[in-house]
Amino acid sequence: MSYIDRIQPAHLDILKEIGNIGAGHAATSLSKLLNRTIDMEVPSVKIVHFNDISDFVGGQEETVAAIFLRIMGDAPGNMFFLVPIQEATKLIQQLTGDLSITYTTLETNEMGVSALCEMGNILAGSYLTALSDFTKLNLQPTPPAMAIDMAMAVLSHGLLELSQAGDYAIVIDTKIQEKDELNTAQTKGHFFLLPDPPSFEAIFHSLGVTVNE
Amino acid sequence: MSEVIKVGMADLNYANSPDTIRTSGLGSCVGVIIYDEKVSTCGMAHIMLPHSSLARNGDIHRPKYADTAVEDLIENLVKRGSPEYRLRAKMAGGAQMFQFASTNEVMRIGPRNVESVREILKSYHIRIISEDVGGNSGRTIEFNPKTTVLEIRTINQGIRRI
Repeated sequence: MSYIDRIQPAHLDILKEIGNIGAGHAATSLSKLLNRTIDMEVPSVKIVHFNDISDFVGGQEETVAAIFLRIMGDAPGNMFFLVPIQEATKLIQQLTGDLSITYTTLETNEMGVSALCEMGNILAGSYLTALSDFTKLNLQPTPPAMAIDMAMAVLSHGLLELSQAGDYAIVIDTKIQEKDELNTAQTKGHFFLLPDPPSFEAIFHSLGVTVNE
Repeated sequence: MSEVIKVGMADLNYANSPDTIRTSGLGSCVGVIIYDEKVSTCGMAHIMLPHSSLARNGDIHRPKYADTAVEDLIENLVKRGSPEYRLRAKMAGGAQMFQFASTNEVMRIGPRNVESVREILKSYHIRIISEDVGGNSGRTIEFNPKTTVLEIRTINQGIRRI
């Protein structure tokens, strides 16, 4: 029986709480970094088929800036911070103070790319630290890598581990957003946490929950 | 009216002229097309992993792996009346989306997928007419079995036809 079949609604709630704690800390970090109020949405935890995974960010061919980290330690997995290209450009402008960066020059702007990578590092770091404190698991991120490309093409990279065990992924998605003057929410980005199949047991076990065979 | 037939990730499908066949967002995945120009028919697979021996549980989802997907494409095209000697192939994809300092095997999956497709096609004596592989860009591809043109779209380099 696949690990996915053994996941119960209660387990999904736990994963939701993990998204909550992790992204909550990350949103606070981003707030401090930009000196603005950043909110987060209630995380969604879904079991999705690989083909539908890019729906979270607007479709398979949507251009996104993706920061990818591999999580090492007690519960290995993959983490993405995905930002729509227009938002990535705005973030970089705010971080570097260089307003001449546009989304066509973004990828070739070394300073901008480095700033975005570093931001991803800080956000992922605070996400994982919170998660690690909560579960008492030892989790370390690898240095971040960045790509600006089609959502499906970058996400598929994070599915390779999972794809050897099935065609579905458990995605812990947390959207962070900023409200503008008119109080409409602007999506800043998505945190995707994609634990490797054996990591679910480690996560649940650390919180005293069992997965029945 | 012609239709665009879609192929999802780890999936395969077939098209006859005037329809075209398309798959989106190939990263390290490889899109392989096997076609028979004479009757304007083709099959396309969106492959994720180089070999079915990588599967960790018993039931193998055949379109996901290079070896089983190519085998199925060939077998089905032959069943549909295209003899093996008339089949040709084109492929695209196998990029490395992220640059890492470490050279973990998982990170090299793109080139391994490409290599594996080449090998299995060779074992069937099917010639690869053209290919656009490697690099570090995602690709969306569309094949027209009538003209046998493979159109490749990337975000930075626009559209290429091979």
